[in-house]
Amino acid sequence: MHPAFQGLITIALGVGGCVAYFYFANQALDRVLFPARGPNAGRNINRANMIRPWVFLFPALFVLCLYLAYPVVETLRLSLTDRDAGDAFVGLANYQQMASEPKFWEAIRNNILWLIVVPAASTALGLLAAQLTDRIAWGNIAKSLIFMPMAISFVGAAVIWRLIYDVRPDEADQIGLLNAIVTALGGDAQAWLTIPFWNNFFLMIVLIWIQTGFAMVILSAALRGIPEETIEAAIVDGAGPLRIFFSIKVPQIYPTIIVVWTTITLLVLKIFDIVFAMTNGQWETQVLANYMYDKLFRANDWGVGSAAAMVIMVLVTPILIWNVRQVRREMR
Amino acid sequence: MDNIAGKKSSLTWAVHLSVAALVIIWLIPTLGLLVSSFRTVEQISASGWWRALFPAEQNLTLRTAPPETQVQEGGVFVIEGNLFAVAGETPTQISAFGISAREVSAFAPGDTAELRRGGQITVATNGDYRLTNTEAFDGDRGARVFVTATVPPDFTLDNYDYVLFSGDARDGMGRAFLSTLTVTIPATVIPILIAAFAAYALAWMEFPGRALLIAFIVALLVVPLQLALIPLLSLHNAIGIGKGYLGVWLAHTGFGMPLAIYLLRNYMAGLPRDIIENARVDGATDFQIFTRIILPLSFPALASFAIFQFLWTWNDLLVAMVFLIDATGETTVMTRQIVELLGTRGGNWEILATAAFVSIAVPLLVFFTMQRYLVRGLLAGSVK
Repeated sequence: MHPAFQGLITIALGVGGCVAYFYFANQALDRVLFPARGPNAGRNINRANMIRPWVFLFPALFVLCLYLAYPVVETLRLSLTDRDAGDAFVGLANYQQMASEPKFWEAIRNNILWLIVVPAASTALGLLAAQLTDRIAWGNIAKSLIFMPMAISFVGAAVIWRLIYDVRPDEADQIGLLNAIVTALGGDAQAWLTIPFWNNFFLMIVLIWIQTGFAMVILSAALRGIPEETIEAAIVDGAGPLRIFFSIKVPQIYPTIIVVWTTITLLVLKIFDIVFAMTNGQWETQVLANYMYDKLFRANDWGVGSAAAMVIMVLVTPILIWNVRQVRREMR
Repeated sequence: MDNIAGKKSSLTWAVHLSVAALVIIWLIPTLGLLVSSFRTVEQISASGWWRALFPAEQNLTLRTAPPETQVQEGGVFVIEGNLFAVAGETPTQISAFGISAREVSAFAPGDTAELRRGGQITVATNGDYRLTNTEAFDGDRGARVFVTATVPPDFTLDNYDYVLFSGDARDGMGRAFLSTLTVTIPATVIPILIAAFAAYALAWMEFPGRALLIAFIVALLVVPLQLALIPLLSLHNAIGIGKGYLGVWLAHTGFGMPLAIYLLRNYMAGLPRDIIENARVDGATDFQIFTRIILPLSFPALASFAIFQFLWTWNDLLVAMVFLIDATGETTVMTRQIVELLGTRGGNWEILATAAFVSIAVPLLVFFTMQRYLVRGLLAGSVK
């Protein structure tokens, strides 16, 4: 059977199954378990209404617990056990082994670099683009084009930028844009992705290129939400455009800037595809997620791989707690 | 209000120019890939894509006519003709020629070069050559001549034809395209309904623990899916799903669920209370309210999530590598295929660029046609 056909059947089964589940579960609840008639009609309606939310929630909760909550616990367990020794508990041995590997510290260093550079650069460029495009007639077209890389996969972006960083032997014409510019200015062509330390930045540019549009879209909506009176008052008081931007606008959209920053930070913590496709961690460009992938699927070392995954988890935890507290405050 | 008196014109120009510069910088990388995918192999390696519209100097390898055409002219053996005519190519101007692969442009047109096998060759600007020797030429192939010629721009669809339809297992994208499609559509459709019911319960039904559940979902929004790889792969193997489409559909459904519920709940909670309460007073059950009122009204949020999930599953690499692609590689998706090509075909930009563009064309189409919903979803989806 062709997989595409199998896919169609799965859609039909999945959607049909969901509809049938919700419909029949409701029927069972109202007709069979707690019928709204007879001597206990009132009590039955109340009981049915107490259970119904859980009927609606059950499939989603089941999937969430199985695919996201359970793995957190299971990964923690795996990181504390040794698979080769029959899942024996080994305490922190996996973490110790990981800490003794230079590649791990290289990944940590690079992840920290990514964390500093990418969210800051994307947010700043996004803010600049939002502020500029909001003021001109063709701003929406400009926005749409800056936003476009968002639709491109990390792998596609990796190919796009590999073409820009491409290098040819000295005597040949450079077909990579960056080297063409460098040689036109009298410099020597470089294999950009193999220059340790600086190559990290050439990889980061790819993500900045993708994420600036995201930052721009959200910040532009926030900028338009600023009450005009505050800006008019500033103009009356004689503030210049720069002053208005930094002293009036930015403080008012500060919460949104934080949101954009944390969202990109989360993405950076999990960054994998770009490094995997462009350098695969060679030339000192390793990052945590790729290190973890190496350990899990190349070295087949589940213990250390899970320990690396737990490091990523620990790094996202502050944002997790902050988000949860924000939401709980909002709901009060 | 931004037009501060007296500064308008100069500032406006600066803004227009900066935005134009930003847009150009953001567009150039993709443009380079698009242009490259329509160029021939020779053109790509001869000049940068930004010169695609101009004639380019290119090195060609041509041959003289075979020795059987030689004629004897007063003691010397001569082979004459036009290099382009022999190769059946369109004639162009030659700026240099050579007789060894190491020095392809050693001689200027009109010069005479000594052949290693004996004899002399002269090549004119238009490709006419004259090969002379005191002894008879032997062998059955003509002498190789390397020429540097100015070739007009040349665009082709052959790259797409090769990448999509050749059926080549290593370079072809046709099977991977179908495979990606097979992963994407169920993985986009199935989570929507499950999430919609849950979102309705969280938005409009009163029950103990609701606030806690919402917090739980917000927490799961940021859990890295990296943690799920090994535990779930073991689970899939243990219950007999193994690696395959079913596994990847389930995984995408699970990983997309928190965002789906969060987006849809936020949207549904903002629907007018009156409508729902009136329906309740009229005796509608929750199930009816959901299917008749909430679902149709939530269409924009459903569309937003569908676009997100589509882009994310189409562009995904990691989940497919872990849950779908087995050792046979039968079910490889486009992202994986491109990573393979980066390894095996690192310098063949005509194949790489075309393969990459095949994979990003569909998301770009979705992006430009449904941008409105995407933006709306982004604005609703970022945790405030």
